[in-house]
Amino acid sequence: MSEQTPNLPHVQIRVSPDDFDIGAEWQSLRQRSGGELGAVATFIGLVRDRDKGEAVTGLHLEHYPGMTEQSIERIVSIASERWPLLDVLVVHRVGELAPRDQIVFVQVASGHRAAAFSAAQLIMDYLKTDAVIWKREDKATGGQWLQASELDEQRKAQWRPPSEDKDGQDA
Amino acid sequence: MTGDSGQLRVLFFAGLREEVGTGELSLELTEACSLEDVLRRLQRHLSAAAIATLTAENVRIALNHSLITPPVECHPGDELAFLPPVTGG
Repeated sequence: MSEQTPNLPHVQIRVSPDDFDIGAEWQSLRQRSGGELGAVATFIGLVRDRDKGEAVTGLHLEHYPGMTEQSIERIVSIASERWPLLDVLVVHRVGELAPRDQIVFVQVASGHRAAAFSAAQLIMDYLKTDAVIWKREDKATGGQWLQASELDEQRKAQWRPPSEDKDGQDA
Repeated sequence: MTGDSGQLRVLFFAGLREEVGTGELSLELTEACSLEDVLRRLQRHLSAAAIATLTAENVRIALNHSLITPPVECHPGDELAFLPPVTGG
């Protein structure tokens, strides 16, 4: 392991009902970045119009102001301790969303592509299981609060270093 | 944590908020009390069914934005939150 202290990335977390413009976010990243910027990986999550064959009429997302942002900051720290990242932006929408709406945007900048791809994927996998956000999927038959699936947990577990299987930090 | 001293804010989210019928309750608190005391006092405000959902195994508890595992002491001015299973992304 390297002995030098890694430079901390520029991190922005936004949780709000407002929609986002990925073009504007990318231009803004480009302007604030220096010449070491070599790779940017982005992910956009959208509201699907169907779930298990049933029409979804909307999604209601709830958060706990303060604690939600902290939970996402912690996720970003896990990624930035693991890879040399330059810049991380996570935008998560809350409130009432409709099918085709944008829900989440993750933008990770690094010197090289491997770090950017991996960090973006880790952040998304952890958002599913660890972000303090609640989602209710509304259908004609009623609303249902969702929770992270077994598959989501497995995807998160793949990122866990082998040494860490005993003392999980969450209660 | 600074809050309205003498009060414990108790928050419920998502399905728990729907079950309890409110997102927030305030309890008068003159001294530190345990989580069990809080639940006992909540019984005066909430149905037995609502209390059962709050104490379900998959419900996590946060005190002043930090996840905690009982036993824990709540103080006047604190914020206690009941969190059902989460999922973002």
